[in-house]
Amino acid sequence: MIYREAGQFKVSYQEDQETFPIRFDKVAFWLSIFIVAAVIPFFVNDYWEKSVFLPFFIYSIAAIGLNILTGYCGQVSLGTGGFMAVGAYTSYKLMTSFPGLDMFIVIVGSGLMTAAVGMLFGIPSLRIKGFYLAVATLAAQFFLVWLFNKWEWTYNYSATGQITAPQRDFLGIVVTGAYSKPWATYLFCFAFLFVFAWLARNLVRGHIGRSWMAIRDMDIAAEIIGVNPLKAKLSAFAISSFYIGIAGGLYFSVWLGAAEPTEAFSIDKSFDVLFMIIIGGLGSMIGSIIGAAFIVLLPVFFKTTLVGILGWPTDIAEFSQIILIGSLIIFFLIKEPHGIAALWRTLKEKLRLWPFPY
Amino acid sequence: MKKVTLAAMSAIMISSAVPAAAELVFPLLSYRTGAYAPNGIPIADGFTDYLTLINERDGGIGGEKIKILECETAYNTEKGVECYESTKGEGSLVYWPLSTGITYQLIPKVTADNIPLHTMGYGRTSAANGKIFSHVFNFPGTYWDAASIITKHMMDVEGGSLKGKKIALVHHNSAYGKEPIRTFEVLAEKHGFEFITLPVDHPGQEQKSTWLQVRKEKPDFVTMWGWGVMNQVAIKEAASIRFPMDRFIGVWWSSNEGDVLPAGDKASGYKAIALHNTGTDFEIYKDLDKHVISKGLAAGAGDHVGEVLYNRGFMQAALLVEAARNAQKIHGTSNITPAMMRDGMESLKIDQARWAEMGLANYAPDINVTCENHGGPGIGFIQQWDYGTKKWNIVSDFIAADRSVVDPLIVADSAAYAAENNISERCN
Repeated sequence: MIYREAGQFKVSYQEDQETFPIRFDKVAFWLSIFIVAAVIPFFVNDYWEKSVFLPFFIYSIAAIGLNILTGYCGQVSLGTGGFMAVGAYTSYKLMTSFPGLDMFIVIVGSGLMTAAVGMLFGIPSLRIKGFYLAVATLAAQFFLVWLFNKWEWTYNYSATGQITAPQRDFLGIVVTGAYSKPWATYLFCFAFLFVFAWLARNLVRGHIGRSWMAIRDMDIAAEIIGVNPLKAKLSAFAISSFYIGIAGGLYFSVWLGAAEPTEAFSIDKSFDVLFMIIIGGLGSMIGSIIGAAFIVLLPVFFKTTLVGILGWPTDIAEFSQIILIGSLIIFFLIKEPHGIAALWRTLKEKLRLWPFPY
Repeated sequence: MKKVTLAAMSAIMISSAVPAAAELVFPLLSYRTGAYAPNGIPIADGFTDYLTLINERDGGIGGEKIKILECETAYNTEKGVECYESTKGEGSLVYWPLSTGITYQLIPKVTADNIPLHTMGYGRTSAANGKIFSHVFNFPGTYWDAASIITKHMMDVEGGSLKGKKIALVHHNSAYGKEPIRTFEVLAEKHGFEFITLPVDHPGQEQKSTWLQVRKEKPDFVTMWGWGVMNQVAIKEAASIRFPMDRFIGVWWSSNEGDVLPAGDKASGYKAIALHNTGTDFEIYKDLDKHVISKGLAAGAGDHVGEVLYNRGFMQAALLVEAARNAQKIHGTSNITPAMMRDGMESLKIDQARWAEMGLANYAPDINVTCENHGGPGIGFIQQWDYGTKKWNIVSDFIAADRSVVDPLIVADSAAYAAENNISERCN
């Protein structure tokens, strides 16, 4: 009824190319952005900040990063945890070596460093493909975690190898450490998500994104029509790692405030992010975000419901939560193998025709 | 939008989950699931049972009932933070996360939120320096004390000198396991022994290569900083390479019945340092039987009573209850706040007479916390496992840590923390 494009005429190419071609979508998008950016910060408290929003934003950035590489360029990576560690340790080194540095620069610096490391580990992708590449990136995962556990310089020779984020600010507003205000860290992370999701969305629609998708769909054909696989694959690795590095930097410095490599950046992290994009939808921006919400928020939601409301013992609630989420993953993947984003897309198609589908 | 409705729903749920306060709230960040559950369950049960006993027998502390807020962390730092944030607003008096990783996350947070943190024999050792760490307590002993005590015991076994000997540390490859390395290095220099480290990665199920190295290196002693499944695997592996068990000494976190039982009688002779006594031969266990177990109020499956880690949870609860009593006395009110609880912990004194009054005679050493010293006496004793009787036997007197080694290390590490975080010294 309301969700349709009848009467909305596009008179320029620009309008035709819009991300949200239907007015209803556009309004809903901007309205939700307004609520998230300008309303929630007034109400957000420590619990919502630390347990819900920061993990959701940060994992969304990581999922977008991995989706660029895996969903758009077709290169499977299991190195996400390791690349997040690069971002985290870079931000730690930058924060402690240059105390006056603004957090924005620290986080972007972490992204750039991770991009360089990601490109290095992306070089084998020119020769090896598919599952074999996944194994090569798995090596990156284990190597990087081992490195940060072993190389004392990276954790400033502390006795335990644990890194702790000191208090730092962004334009004078404290965003790391225990004294940061919930709204400050919330907006800081949200700004990163918004800006870089925007960028990613437009990247994949442009020249680079098209070359990635050409490589994904058939690399030999892509090469024949003039896509340079070296450039396409390495740029995908670089940009993907840049995002993951930013997520890693935020994860350590803004969200948790302390980390040790073996626990915080283990192989589980790589799987989590990979599952996010598989469940959310490969090659879809909204899919990355839905996937992150699914993996990050559902456990918290189930826990609050089972323990807080129903009063179950904590261990039974924890096991049930694992079972529930596992079943939901299976359910969604059977219903829609292309992820929740595809489900969302079908729903929108149906809505457009409702109530007279053909 | 999906996420907004989800958020709104759980908002309603959380607000309805907040109880009407006026009780003493003790959060319990436990782990009954995951690779560390074999050790997490008994300690959580012991803690819960002690507090249930206080509620049932005495009607709470100073007339105020105790409420336990249990939250599952699965030994995972992300979940630990979620647990902390979700419970701190409900009047939580004191945290004990039972994880060195979570401790490191909480140290700055509790200080900012003015809630005490008690990491009994784990966590950041240099938090023993109360001049720098105002809200963190780790009495009655630290890892560095443990390293020194274990070394002293090895010297006793060797007849006074460790010169030219080789000591291997099999440790969990995490902040927890790495914590004692520096102390062992200093001790190695002082006593002239060779020190090697053998890290074991999480979760520690696979240790073949570690023990192959032990065979190759032939150390005179092996000491272990293990947790969870790592403990039982290590003890089994040590038995299978026929390493002499009485030269294998674990820290107090590697000494549960569940750790030694899987290796069967081959584990006999395995030693571990202890913070407190074991078994159920104490007055209080009669009360526990009467008020808790026979009424069917025991926590969990109720099958861990008297185990080493169960007793550790018991002791944890006992110390916190005493601290709460102390806080009530200092501030003259029964309804204490976290800030008052902190004061209560900072001036906590328990002598043997008080331990006996609590029904725990000969259970643990004297506790004497001061503003400067949050690390407590730093003494422990060595116990040895006997598979035949299924009991830990105490084989040494109380051994005091070498303060001349431990204290300078604490000062140096806490000074580094203070410099990093712009903290000025208190207690002056």
